[in-house]
Amino acid sequence: MILCTAEEWQAQGGKFIALWTDATHAYALYQPGTLRAVPLVDNAYPALKHPGAAWFQRLAHDMTGATATGAADTRPAVEQFRAPDGTAAWPDFPAPEEEGAHVVAVGPVHAAIIEPGHFRFTLRGEQVLKLQTRFGYAHKGTLGLMRGKSPRLAARFAARISGDATVAHSLAYAQAAEAALALTPPRRAVHLRAVMAEIERLANHTSDIGAIAGDVGFAFLDARFAWHRESFCAAAYAAFGHRLMMDMVVPGGVASDLRAKGEAAILSSLDALETELPSLTRVFEDYASLQDRLIGTGIIPVALAAAYAAGGYVGRASGQDHDARLTPGYAPYEQFGLTVPVEQDGDVAARVRIRLAEIQESIRIVRALLASLPEDGLTVTPPAGSGTGIGVAESFRGPVWYWLKLENGAIADLFIADPSTLHWPLLEHAVTTSIFADFPVINKSVNASYSGVDL
Amino acid sequence: MVWKTVARHLLLRHAAPRTADPAIAASLRQRLAAASAQKLGRSLAIRHVPAGSCNGCELELRATQNLIYDLTQYGLTFTPSPRHADVLLITGVAGRNMAEAVRQTREAMPDPVFVVAVGDCAVDGGVFKGSPAILGGVDALLPVDLVIAGCPPTPGQIVDGLLALLEAHSWEKKEGKARGSAP
Repeated sequence: MILCTAEEWQAQGGKFIALWTDATHAYALYQPGTLRAVPLVDNAYPALKHPGAAWFQRLAHDMTGATATGAADTRPAVEQFRAPDGTAAWPDFPAPEEEGAHVVAVGPVHAAIIEPGHFRFTLRGEQVLKLQTRFGYAHKGTLGLMRGKSPRLAARFAARISGDATVAHSLAYAQAAEAALALTPPRRAVHLRAVMAEIERLANHTSDIGAIAGDVGFAFLDARFAWHRESFCAAAYAAFGHRLMMDMVVPGGVASDLRAKGEAAILSSLDALETELPSLTRVFEDYASLQDRLIGTGIIPVALAAAYAAGGYVGRASGQDHDARLTPGYAPYEQFGLTVPVEQDGDVAARVRIRLAEIQESIRIVRALLASLPEDGLTVTPPAGSGTGIGVAESFRGPVWYWLKLENGAIADLFIADPSTLHWPLLEHAVTTSIFADFPVINKSVNASYSGVDL
Repeated sequence: MVWKTVARHLLLRHAAPRTADPAIAASLRQRLAAASAQKLGRSLAIRHVPAGSCNGCELELRATQNLIYDLTQYGLTFTPSPRHADVLLITGVAGRNMAEAVRQTREAMPDPVFVVAVGDCAVDGGVFKGSPAILGGVDALLPVDLVIAGCPPTPGQIVDGLLALLEAHSWEKKEGKARGSAP
């Protein structure tokens, strides 16, 4: 950790990841994992100029009351509706200044089976002029519940920050705890964690690609990709006893070994997807009516993605090439290599192409991992020690970061940064390049987590 | 061509109005009642509301609609409008920030409403029990008719739970309103 003066804190360039505060300091995390801190003065710290810092500064104010001096956006992040009886005034949105514009409010209850959030669209005719998001509806006070618990006990909460990325969150959390305690998990555990993380990526990529196609009328693709997602969940159940592999990655190792018929189930799911993928991909390449809806829709320009240092397929579709599996990198990926696909178009179609390319890499990596499973062990027990650690894991939607402070075997403080935090502002922009009716497909192509930012 | 159709209708002689045989009408009414118990009684529209979940339950809820589980084959469908819904299906804890939205959704639904709590969080708060940001399980907001536990419950468990509700619902109609035979 680098302790900064207020001037150094504000002048810092580089790729911003996250910001949070505790009782004495404000912390800012930069790629590839550099932590900077500035002491709080009267529970305040200088606001950062990175665009991605805005949400974190609002969240810090809700969580600890710390103020970012000079911040332009001081709206609450997650506490806006809280009143003792559960009711409070509906959040206030400024009326649009644009001539001829009207406003459409959507959510927090959405039409589809998705998480809660509120969207305010400013429209002129069909064209979206502005989108403002309001979150906090999935706020569960998870950080508070994790404090004071042992790393093993609190792992249940890390696994439930965002259910679709439960393996990645558990992995980043475990790696932060292991860094804090200078603990090295067995090599077999490290391999199995990577198997789970790649299956999670495959399950989400297949599900989301299908849903995007389904949204623009290609129900056949949706049905087939959903079938493959189901096949990976069934394989995960056969291999690890849980369809989403929840609570399988724990500090010190893994909670379950590969079961007897697990490897065969995983391999047959990989084969089935690999066999059908070319014909499914061809539909994306051949059908003009599908391309018409996806190409040029929901554009995130390269410069904007760079300003937010966006990760995952959202960043990669807009020229950003970082992948936490390579930078800063973690075991066992250095053994297997990784090709990171990058596109420049930044539209829905580019995000789909990135995910199709990532599927190929994940299939290859899972096969290589299963063919070379070490035999040393599954877990080592974390000692009741003290220390501070940072952990990262590349979830299907981008890097998940954990900062963990342990004191005498219990969590004294922590922070969790889901990649969605940097993706939501990009969605707000992407929607303004399209018409209102394209919002569902653009939202699906970004697929940011609500629970992951609400904490 | 429209004018051809119109001309044909104009030239046709109108058939004499039919007067139904009272016996036939009675028998038709009886058959319709039986059919409605079978058809309508075995069909429920579901409005899903996430009240503070981690999105794990939503994944498995969506999976109930895939080729393998195909919830629709049982007459169970998800509807975007609460006005069309018979079932209010809630995932996640009763979060303070969602309490008002859940109440408003329930108010927008026509009675009777079956409230189904899906997942351990909806049952009693799950791992988040005791957090000041939540009110508890779904029963902190509304009386619950059916719970489907699990973290998350598998699509198979969700389908089983909803089918149990469907069967209870058909039975209720049969017993309560004496509408034809059970399916």
